[in-house]
Amino acid sequence: MAEAMKIRATLQGDVADVRVLISHPMETGLRKNERSELIPLHFITHVSATHNGKTVLNAQWSQGVSRNPPLGFRVRGAKAGDKIIVSWVDNKGETSSIETVVAGK
Amino acid sequence: MSVKRRKILQAAAAAATAALGLRITPAIAAEWNKAAFGATSVADALKTLGATAASPSKDILIKALDVAENGAAVPIEVTSRIPNTQSIALVADKNPFPLLASFDFTGNAEPYVSTRVKLAGSSDVRVIVRADGRYYVAVREIKVTTGGCG
Repeated sequence: MAEAMKIRATLQGDVADVRVLISHPMETGLRKNERSELIPLHFITHVSATHNGKTVLNAQWSQGVSRNPPLGFRVRGAKAGDKIIVSWVDNKGETSSIETVVAGK
Repeated sequence: MSVKRRKILQAAAAAATAALGLRITPAIAAEWNKAAFGATSVADALKTLGATAASPSKDILIKALDVAENGAAVPIEVTSRIPNTQSIALVADKNPFPLLASFDFTGNAEPYVSTRVKLAGSSDVRVIVRADGRYYVAVREIKVTTGGCG
């Protein structure tokens, strides 16, 4: 599923403030479609982030995270041009990732 | 499995995914905590996290609305001022599956995270912080006008 993700990383002092917007239905398995059939559980289970190739964040999610979820995190010791990569995988094995460089002030 | 062996396996997995043109980091392959996420009560969720004896802490800052109109997307922002914070977990007391998410920080990550969660109804939201292997907790009540788990 090649859905769009958005990412932005800005510097505040030596801390990179990273904002990610993930496109994902995050179905709980409890919702019904217009034919009253349950929509199967479909949600992101893992999210990880790296800063210049080093892991900074490993998250595990449940179906309790919202649809099209935003994710914000911060990395210290960052400078303009540093590379940030965010990846996710869901319970169906679908995956996506996005990268950006930290913007200067 | 020894740490060294695990690192070698992770490196091998990383090489394999790189060869496939994917950019999954090795750690993303860590096993999903089925027991904790499958828990249907707060007590069970805390037990599977090992956090039943969490100490209340004022150094966990929770930024959230007092009243959220839409329970399907409730913004929450957490900062831990506890030294050596290793992870932050979010737990919604009234959700069918209370454990919402857990975030492990490594390297240069700041102990901060923001996202949006679903709340089935007005509920206490607990933030569990693990620091130096100990657990800390802060609680925030969020009122919800329309529940978001249906």
